[in-house]
Amino acid sequence: MIPGTRLATAFVALLGLAALSIGCGKKDAAASENTAAPAAPAPAAAGPVTLQGSGASFPAPLYSRWFREFGDKHPDIRVNYQSTGSGAGIKAFIAGQTDFGASDAAMTDDEIKQAKDNVILLPMTAGNIVLAYNLEGVTDLKLSRDAYAGIFLGQIKKWDDAKIAASNPGVKLPKLDISVVHRSDGSGTTFVFTQHLAAISEKWKAGPGVGKSVEWPAGVGGAKNDGVAAQIHQTPGAIGYIEYAFAASTKQPSALLENKAGKFVAPSLKSSATALAAVELPADMRAWVTDPAGDESYPIVTYTWILAKKKYDDKAKSAALKSMLKWSLTDGQKLSEGLYYVALPEPVATKVLAAVDTIE
Amino acid sequence: MADLGSNTKRAHELADAFRSPVARPPSAWQKGSDRAFKNIAYGFGVAVVCLLAGIVFEAMRHAHSAMSNYGLKFLTTSTWDANRAEFGVAPEIAGTLYTSLLALLIGGFLGVTVALVLSQGFVPRRLEIVMKNVIELLAAIPSVVYGLWGIFVLVPVVRGPAGFLNEHFGFLPFFSSRLSGPGILPASLVLSIMILPTITAISREAMAAVPKRLAAAAYGLGATRWEVIFRVTLPTATGGIFGALVLGFGRALGETMALAMLVGNANVFGWSLFSPGNTLAALLANHFPEAGTVEVGALMYAAVVLLVITLSVNALGSFIMLRTTRELKGLG
Repeated sequence: MIPGTRLATAFVALLGLAALSIGCGKKDAAASENTAAPAAPAPAAAGPVTLQGSGASFPAPLYSRWFREFGDKHPDIRVNYQSTGSGAGIKAFIAGQTDFGASDAAMTDDEIKQAKDNVILLPMTAGNIVLAYNLEGVTDLKLSRDAYAGIFLGQIKKWDDAKIAASNPGVKLPKLDISVVHRSDGSGTTFVFTQHLAAISEKWKAGPGVGKSVEWPAGVGGAKNDGVAAQIHQTPGAIGYIEYAFAASTKQPSALLENKAGKFVAPSLKSSATALAAVELPADMRAWVTDPAGDESYPIVTYTWILAKKKYDDKAKSAALKSMLKWSLTDGQKLSEGLYYVALPEPVATKVLAAVDTIE
Repeated sequence: MADLGSNTKRAHELADAFRSPVARPPSAWQKGSDRAFKNIAYGFGVAVVCLLAGIVFEAMRHAHSAMSNYGLKFLTTSTWDANRAEFGVAPEIAGTLYTSLLALLIGGFLGVTVALVLSQGFVPRRLEIVMKNVIELLAAIPSVVYGLWGIFVLVPVVRGPAGFLNEHFGFLPFFSSRLSGPGILPASLVLSIMILPTITAISREAMAAVPKRLAAAAYGLGATRWEVIFRVTLPTATGGIFGALVLGFGRALGETMALAMLVGNANVFGWSLFSPGNTLAALLANHFPEAGTVEVGALMYAAVVLLVITLSVNALGSFIMLRTTRELKGLG
């Protein structure tokens, strides 16, 4: 007999099941919490109003700062935001589990239909995506449109490729393999980046296409922005797309990209704001800045949206939400720079504020 | 008189107290609590089985549409493209088995060796206990920590040797690509450390359970220590060791977070140890949060595939362990 082995087996099995049941339990708890939130307006009316929101992780640092500062000024309103990812945020919003959602990829027509058209998309802030790279001794790498599309298509494999060298005269490029790093998880960042690639490259459009996750022709995947950033940092010869904040705060060099006007532009908050200003905001406010015009526009820029209902059943809730959104669009915008987000251009902010007023 | 009366009473009480647990028939409360305990224990046992059945059922229910849509082609194709609704997990199945087998090879060798050292009196008893506990502590380290350790410590360490192997032995399929960072090798190395405690603990038990009289008899016939270990102890414990390996393998198959961070998450499979790959568990972890309805179905199908692989490996392990313990019974 080996009683110990049996015990150990049983223990391992128990642990596994315990873990599973905890997992299930969590889900249940979350579900009941969510269903409880809209069902309890009566006691909420007396105390502080609580707004539940979830979604995009990209603007989460800015949002949580906003909601904290707003909460300090308005102790009667509490805003909970969970950074669950754009897709999950849209799903929760459609299912009515949250009061507002947030998404980097706005909402598709189909999703708007699922929300019974009772939704309004509000651009709240903007950000840019940079191509961070790891090449010793190369500081101001310039990448032409052919070059970076080719790299992510897996067609340009070496750093001393003629297509890269052509736009970097005088720079000694190493004879190193390019290792492409992309996101392994579904992400709004990937959506924006692939949308841009599809706009500048026919081959990309016909090949991997646009999506929160695509079939990458080359490279390795890292989890989340920090995973990609860590991998670029670790791997000589690596290049990958990450949000500006991650590159700026880690001091990882990022490439100057050729824009629509044929100029090489370094990623910065200014060049991104210029790019945003170049795009007219349509009536439904789903503006995609896939390939902005203008000499000084940085090419990969995006808005990120908060999804609000056109009409709320609870008057206190809609009033609280409106005051929160208005504060974010005015005073809140001043906080964006310090956290590496692009403040909305003046005309855009005015337009969004007008839209907030239509919420009932 | 009154004094005497109270004394007799005390004597009676004392006698009762001594007699009661054995001589008295069980009270209603005792009967009830016994029955309640039995029923509760029975209920928990059934609940565990139901839980597993429920999980399988739920996974199958969600996977149903994907299963009928993609059929067996799902297992043999290698695209994972949510935009075109094309799904296949061939590279993930291969990657899961490849990384787990490599981990088993490395972790198994290490684990059995350590178990041998810890069970055959090579080190003082006190040190033995310390080492055993330290190794079992490895099981308590969170998966994410292993992943981070892999990215920041292991990958830079193996990059040099990997480059050397690729340069000089690149003609071998195992070394045919360059290590860019994450990949099959770092993933397998971390996995092997993660399964080490399972393998060590169980195979140590198996070795310690070998009846001492067998070894004593062998010594009596003039065998050396090495002969006793390799001809008597190890062969007798083979079944238990094999069971340990199978359990370790099962754990490796299902490991998620560390692999999602280290395997490279590329939908390709190559024999090269240095190329990126993917595993079923990593695929699930990466794609679930943002998946739409169709993709969730495909992911559930992938989960069922993983479940089938893991369950069959574990069933095999339990079967082998059962047989071995039965064989050993006569010797004890």
